[in-house]
Amino acid sequence: MPRLSVWFIRLALAYLATGFTFGALLLANKGLAFAPLLWRLRPTHIELLLVGWMVQLAMGVAFWILPRFQASRGDVRPAWLALALINLGIGLVALGLVVDLGGWNVVAGRLAELAAVAAFAWHAWPRIKPIGQ
Amino acid sequence: MPTLTRLYVKTSLLYLAAALALALVLALAQTTKLPALLAAAGPTYFHLFLVGWATQLIMGIVFWMFPKWSKERPRGNERLAAVVYGLLNVGLLLRVVSEPARAVSPAALWGWLLALSALLQWLAGIGFVANTWGRVKER
Ligand code: HEM
Repeated sequence: MPRLSVWFIRLALAYLATGFTFGALLLANKGLAFAPLLWRLRPTHIELLLVGWMVQLAMGVAFWILPRFQASRGDVRPAWLALALINLGIGLVALGLVVDLGGWNVVAGRLAELAAVAAFAWHAWPRIKPIGQ
Repeated sequence: MPTLTRLYVKTSLLYLAAALALALVLALAQTTKLPALLAAAGPTYFHLFLVGWATQLIMGIVFWMFPKWSKERPRGNERLAAVVYGLLNVGLLLRVVSEPARAVSPAALWGWLLALSALLQWLAGIGFVANTWGRVKER
């Protein structure tokens, strides 16, 4: 698989591990109520798994296996930009765990994620075609 | 397709059906008052969907299609992959039972079962990552 996919997919796996860890802490705490503060992990748990794990894995696999133009994957720069933006976005949303920025971090994070999806679509759009064309 | 992948994929389809069946029941809350047991099953529905179906389907396909770990062990540690399957499903089913039960029953048992469910699912996640990491590589 290409280097960019390795980055996407390894980061997705790292978010899976972290997101499952947060989820397990939340669930154990839901059962045994040993540390009420843990409930604050909930939004980050959702962010890491939905965007960090699922969306990012899909991007990594798509970049790897979508049809190519002869051997070329076309203009790969927007896809690299998507990698940077989506992780910036996840980081901004997760920042809410450690500092209270009045929710602006979430707004900025979502904006970065939206831009990441646009950049990825920019790259992938022409590759969504019959093989060999 | 390897036998273990078939098991993952078929199980994931059962969860998808179960998730949507639960969603159907939960939708009745719009028109009738649901018993407390069901009213507490919102997160259970989400996780049947996202863990039982989506993540489990991904795990099965990744085991099958990702680049080979090595010539001798193309799919990494196959026994670990089977253990992950067991941990994930026992863990998730424990959640399906004890999360709503905990909401209506004061018995401490349900709380402990939820914690056990958390541990099993966490181990499944870590086991999957450990067994997949080495297969994510440039050719
Ligand atoms: C890919 C995997 C996962 C995804 C996408 C995911 C997503 C979510 C979502 C969307 C919610 C909000 C549910 C709601 O509002 O009702 C949530 C809550 C939660 N998740 Fe997960 N989750 C995942 C895995 C897990 C795992 C493995 C665990 C435990 C081991 C877990 C434990 C929890 C808990 C305890 C909550 C809070 C439930 C509540 O509000 O009472 N999650 N998760």
